[in-house]
Amino acid sequence: MRGFLLNRLSQSLILLLIVSVIGFLVLNLLPGGPLAQFGLDPGMTQDDLDRLKEQLGLNRPLLMQYFDWAWRLLQGDWGHSFRDGTPVLAVIGRHVPATLLLMGTSTAIAIAIGTWIGIRGATHRYSLFDHMATIGAMVALSIPTFWFGLVGIYIFSLQLGWLPAGNMYTIGDGSVLNYLHHLILPSIVLSLVHVAIWSRYMRTATLDAISQDFVKTARAKGLSERRVIMKHVVGNALLPMITLAGVQLPSILTGALVTETVFTWPGMGRLFLDSLGYSDYPVVMGLLMFSAILVILGNLIADIAVAIVDPRIRLG
Amino acid sequence: MTALAANAGPSRWWRSRTVRRFTSHHLALLGVAMITLLTLACVFGPHLLPYDSLYIDLRARFSPPLTGDHYLGTDPLGRDVAARLFMAGRTSLLVAFFAMLLSTLIGTLVGVIAGYRGGWIGAALMRTVDGFLSFPSIFLLLALAAALKPSPAMVTVIVAVTSWMEVARIVEAEVRSLREREFVLAGRMLGLSGAHIMFREILPNAMGPIIVAATLTVAHAILLEAYISFLGYGIQPPLPSWGNMLEGAQQYLDSAPWLAIIPGAAITIAVTSFNFIGDGLRDALDVRDDRV
Repeated sequence: MRGFLLNRLSQSLILLLIVSVIGFLVLNLLPGGPLAQFGLDPGMTQDDLDRLKEQLGLNRPLLMQYFDWAWRLLQGDWGHSFRDGTPVLAVIGRHVPATLLLMGTSTAIAIAIGTWIGIRGATHRYSLFDHMATIGAMVALSIPTFWFGLVGIYIFSLQLGWLPAGNMYTIGDGSVLNYLHHLILPSIVLSLVHVAIWSRYMRTATLDAISQDFVKTARAKGLSERRVIMKHVVGNALLPMITLAGVQLPSILTGALVTETVFTWPGMGRLFLDSLGYSDYPVVMGLLMFSAILVILGNLIADIAVAIVDPRIRLG
Repeated sequence: MTALAANAGPSRWWRSRTVRRFTSHHLALLGVAMITLLTLACVFGPHLLPYDSLYIDLRARFSPPLTGDHYLGTDPLGRDVAARLFMAGRTSLLVAFFAMLLSTLIGTLVGVIAGYRGGWIGAALMRTVDGFLSFPSIFLLLALAAALKPSPAMVTVIVAVTSWMEVARIVEAEVRSLREREFVLAGRMLGLSGAHIMFREILPNAMGPIIVAATLTVAHAILLEAYISFLGYGIQPPLPSWGNMLEGAQQYLDSAPWLAIIPGAAITIAVTSFNFIGDGLRDALDVRDDRV
């Protein structure tokens, strides 16, 4: 296990290094580069900007600047928001819970429904249900998330009036029920694509598990089919799904950004778009790096979780 | 010999196994039919409709579909939605098509070199692929779109830059397995250069997976363009795209829902069609099914 952990950890560190290089290149592509903040100030002359450039060491070789930038990132100095001077990490921290709540709820929905569809499709292979699930998944993967959100708002908020059209809670009403009421529509919208992906992978994994010898053994022991499926097949089919959950993280974050925009949900995606609108590049860069680090961390945790559950991985 | 040519005889290619399998895939045929129809509508539609896509008629603002000659209604400026939809289709489909070409080119190049060379070059290239995949694509897209002025060509490049990784992974895996085959060894013994073996001997044998991945990339590219244009950082008005037609639609959702529903439906139909075609090609070209 220790060898596995060290190996996996070093892979994540290398990935982190590569991600930081890509992030640094994007930063230098932004208009005005790291100096954009001061370029917006009308009191700044070109002479001032040049002097600042000298002082901040921006005329040094790019490689030196990179190490400087990465070192500050490591120390937790992610710069300050142009808008109100708050440290970037604090701004991001304020918006993380809303996004995690949305992502967590929609992932739970996707896992519950996707697992059920996948298992049913595999145990009733080539049935009408299986065919409809296959076609349904392909269509679901093709629907733009934001459009699905708009259609959902049109039907359930504007026409039926059942669910709120946006925001995380009604101002003045902070009850849990109120939060839940606001959570329903966006989390269902965000989960659509992942229900599709999850059900497809679960179907394949279940079919793989069904053909294994231990399933034959379980059947030979005279266990009921239901017990064989629930206990022996599903347990094993769910293993690769842990890895899938990690791999799906970037796509869930992408979906969350779009969903948050449509539902004016106060999370990281909303913050990213607002910051772009204000040319608040430190926050934009911070979110870009933060989301990538989150993804690398998520994959690391998923891999370790699989290794804990499945001894074949850490020993093999 | 390419995978396609291997299955097809010198004549009567339309009777080959590949074509037979593709034409027995009903969803794929449906996809081809829908894309053909959509393309024809985008090419000829604007010439057949009574209104120009840029013609502003403030007296006819917010006409619902099927009012007079406005078959799909009008937008907040009284422009004909049908004419705009087809003009937007030209933009969206062209951007997606060229983004697919560019990203397939980048992905294939990276994948072939990484798979054939292996060693530290291969490792470095594939870790770079992993690095790009660690960013949620929309964050990277928006940051790049904000940094570079988004002309249609630039949007194409940005979409390609954020979607080449899947192709690279598929090609790398394919090339790595082909590298050990006899015909490659024969090529080496004949003294062929590395570039010749990579691109003239190995690449044609990896065409199947590349074609499938490229088809699915078109679907992906249509969605990515729609996302960033919807958020205001992609194709800029007055040039219509399916994504930017939806940009202001949310505020009129109650009074003019067709403004949101129609372009979104067009995107869904186009993307679904390409996904169906990709699925059919995967069956027809015998590509291993390890993706959704």
